[in-house]
Amino acid sequence: MHARKPAGGSEPADTSPVPGTRAVLDGSEINRALTRIAHEVLERTKGGRDVTLLGIPSRGVPLARRLAERIELVENLTVPHGSLDVTMYRDDLRSAPVRTLKRTEIPAGGLDDRVVVLVDDVLFSGRTVRAALDALNDLGRPRAVQLAVLVDRGHRELPIRADYVGKNLPTSLRESVTVRLDETDGDDAVLLGPARPRPGTTEGKDV
Amino acid sequence: MRHLLSAGDLSRDEAVLVLDTAAELALVGDRSVKKLPTLRGRTVVNLFYEDSTRTRTSFELAAKRLSADVVNFSAKGSSVSKGESLKDTALTLQAMGADGVVIRHSASGAAHRLAGWVDGSVLNAGDGTHEHPTQALLDAYTMRSRLGRLEGLRVAVVGDILHSRVARSNVLLLTTLGAHVTLVAPPTLLPVSVHTWPCEVSYDLDAVLPKTDVVMMLRVQAERMHDSFFPSVREYSRGYGMHGERLARMPEDAIVMHPGPMVRGMEISAEVADSPRCTVTEQVANGVSLRMAVLYLLLGGS
Repeated sequence: MHARKPAGGSEPADTSPVPGTRAVLDGSEINRALTRIAHEVLERTKGGRDVTLLGIPSRGVPLARRLAERIELVENLTVPHGSLDVTMYRDDLRSAPVRTLKRTEIPAGGLDDRVVVLVDDVLFSGRTVRAALDALNDLGRPRAVQLAVLVDRGHRELPIRADYVGKNLPTSLRESVTVRLDETDGDDAVLLGPARPRPGTTEGKDV
Repeated sequence: MRHLLSAGDLSRDEAVLVLDTAAELALVGDRSVKKLPTLRGRTVVNLFYEDSTRTRTSFELAAKRLSADVVNFSAKGSSVSKGESLKDTALTLQAMGADGVVIRHSASGAAHRLAGWVDGSVLNAGDGTHEHPTQALLDAYTMRSRLGRLEGLRVAVVGDILHSRVARSNVLLLTTLGAHVTLVAPPTLLPVSVHTWPCEVSYDLDAVLPKTDVVMMLRVQAERMHDSFFPSVREYSRGYGMHGERLARMPEDAIVMHPGPMVRGMEISAEVADSPRCTVTEQVANGVSLRMAVLYLLLGGS
């Protein structure tokens, strides 16, 4: 998965680091959203004792790490966190050139009987989450699986919903949502821009 | 990349991609469910005209771990023994819808010919005395995971270079990846054209060993020898065999590799073969991950 770089566009950028796009969340808003999600996770899982956070590469991984840090701050509780690469489970492998694999790191102790919270940046068609659920199936048997996303942009193609949402962002299919994070892109922002040309409607950054 | 016919066809980036992919796929071997759904519905044919246990089972396991359907075809007990040509066999497999064909053949260039006849991807699993690219890749992978790097690594390939497809593939791949290769063999077991290979040549193992990080021992391929290439096993072993004393003269973290099958007492002593610095079984384990990586990269995309 790559940073969404919009294909040109004439719209003037306000506070946006990428020309042609508009910032819908800035760094401090992302921070606040993550803090709220951290609290919600603690509340919903009754203290978060059994929680394991799994980020979906690329940008879900730093988000999962940040959530773990926040939970530690709030509750003084170390939450295991890792990453789950879903490439081999995708349903669109054959419609694109072969994809590079990303890291899968399952925290020590495994996933059996844990409450696994999947973390990703954008929830879109739901196909990435479907792939993640399949991948989890081969890795263990969590007690429950939940989903946390920074942005829910709608347009689901599968019966999948998020348990924790940073921001609901109604979008048109002619738009693209780009999440930039300090760890991967040098700054924090969620940008809305014109859609890039895509091979299929479910290609790319969709969750 | 559509076929994998020669280790020399891989660019540095492609080779590194294969090794990195193999490193990720190696984790699948540690899980309780050692299977990925990636190649579901694809068919891989193992076309083996020559005896092989290691390579065939390794490819079979790799394909099965990726959920591909695997058909094993060996020349013995097939219509090849009734006189069918390679081309006709290939076209038969083609008609059955093979997405990938893994071929081992005693004739150099067989994989290359096959690639012109079938639509699917062809993976060379050893053609005569020519090439064995997946072996070279898994050797490079083993070196990288044991020693942490390939760039600048000093590798000595020792033994029957003349009949070895492993040697040629390794020289080509390791050179691409930035390692320095020295071939060590008696003059009778070196190919005539060896001066055109991108590596050094020596006849003296003892002179090479102290400045070597990896020594790769090759089996003396008696089945391909129709002349006498050296006076006696004992003399060969004294000049070019790996034994404890020679191992002691190598740098401390140096490793001994062997593509297998080993002939103990000939090119390698039992003492060295059983030492923790000998990576033979590690190479076999890495072979599965590496072949999964190659199958994924060739058959996984559009």
